[in-house]
Amino acid sequence: MSKKLSRRQFLTYTFGGTAGFLASGMLFPMVRFAIDPVLKKGAGSEYVETTMTEAEITDSPKAVKFTIHRKDGWYQPPQGEEQTAWVFKQNGKVVALSPVCKHLGCTVNWNSNPQFKDEFFCPCHFGRYYKDGRNVPGTPPAKPLDKYKTKIENGRLLIGPLEKA
Amino acid sequence: MLRAIYDWVDERLDITPLWRDVADHEVPEHVNPAHHFSAFIYCFGGLTFFVVVIQILSGMFLAMYYVPDIVNAHPSVNYLQNELAMGAIVRGMHHWGASVAIVMLFLHTLRVFFTGSYKHPREFNWVVGMLIFFVMLGLGFTGYLLPWDNKAYFATKVGVEIAASVPVIGPYIATFLQGGDIVGAQTLARFFALHVFFLPAALLGLLGAHFILIRRQGISGPL
Ligand code: HEM
Ligand code: FES
Repeated sequence: MSKKLSRRQFLTYTFGGTAGFLASGMLFPMVRFAIDPVLKKGAGSEYVETTMTEAEITDSPKAVKFTIHRKDGWYQPPQGEEQTAWVFKQNGKVVALSPVCKHLGCTVNWNSNPQFKDEFFCPCHFGRYYKDGRNVPGTPPAKPLDKYKTKIENGRLLIGPLEKA
Repeated sequence: MLRAIYDWVDERLDITPLWRDVADHEVPEHVNPAHHFSAFIYCFGGLTFFVVVIQILSGMFLAMYYVPDIVNAHPSVNYLQNELAMGAIVRGMHHWGASVAIVMLFLHTLRVFFTGSYKHPREFNWVVGMLIFFVMLGLGFTGYLLPWDNKAYFATKVGVEIAASVPVIGPYIATFLQGGDIVGAQTLARFFALHVFFLPAALLGLLGAHFILIRRQGISGPL
């Protein structure tokens, strides 16, 4: 290759650079627009009330329904979205487990498979968890179930955001 | 590096003759603004195509957020315009581009008219151009309903009533356009389908025919 830039090369680079600059000026807004959901921060969730009183929480997991309100783009269901937590007491402390399987996101159920008594069971790929949420080794999930933060106020259970693992 | 990738592909696909056939030809002096500045009028066809490319690209991106449903259409446009980064820009490209496309098309048509380029053997390409014009008007008309605000709604009502005034078949055209008796849910759904599937497909087919004819017949001679 010669050290001198030929006229042909100079023109190719100048026109190519200009065209690239103009094209990126056109494409940048569109790409930025498309990836905005990736760059947006999720809204922090607050504590919401449940119908469960402190006295109702026992050692065996009970499904507690609670309603969260969040906006999905331009859509917010007026009645909110119903969520579930599995709530029980462990050594006197309240535990609220998320029902979302840590394998691939199906929904687990307490004691729902007669073969696996007193375990959380996920029907999708037979994922299993012990009562405290730890995954049973040798079944698909690789991590224990997520826990919700909880609070008791005026004798009622409140459910907060997921605890960071 | 780029060169090596190109050579690798070319060796297998033999793409060089393809693009040479499309791009490698002389631009006659009388259409080259570098020779006669007034020859810029020959750019309007290419500019129309460029704006159409912008419309197609920006439209594809808008469709990532837009929902063609009477409950959600306006909230989704409001969301993409006001709550997304660059939303006003991307929607603005499509909104203003729609008008610029028609203006460019019109200027291009004037150039063809005043240079007499529609004459034999190019009369068929004039007809193809007119079809492109009607498809573009159709894109403008169907797209205008999509934001589903008052302006959109009443503009479509007016357009549909104009179509309904055609003798004999008018009422059938109106019912077909509305997809029912009123401008409503069914109208929005079918205008969306026409706007993003049917008409762009027709437009691309016609543009292909337009460009093939130009290559076959060459650009018309100087005045
Ligand atoms: C030459 C081609 C086109 C023209 C003239 C055109 C015209 C229009 C017009 C006038 C609007 C109303 C926009 C407003 O008032 O803000 C619109 C909206 C829209 N167009 Fe197009 N369009 C074209 C091609 C396309 C294509 C190819 C797509 C998708 C593949 C598309 C997708 C959309 C969408 C999703 C909307 C609704 C969003 C909004 O209103 O901002 N358009 N178009
Ligand atoms: S998603 Fe639960 S086991 Fe696979």
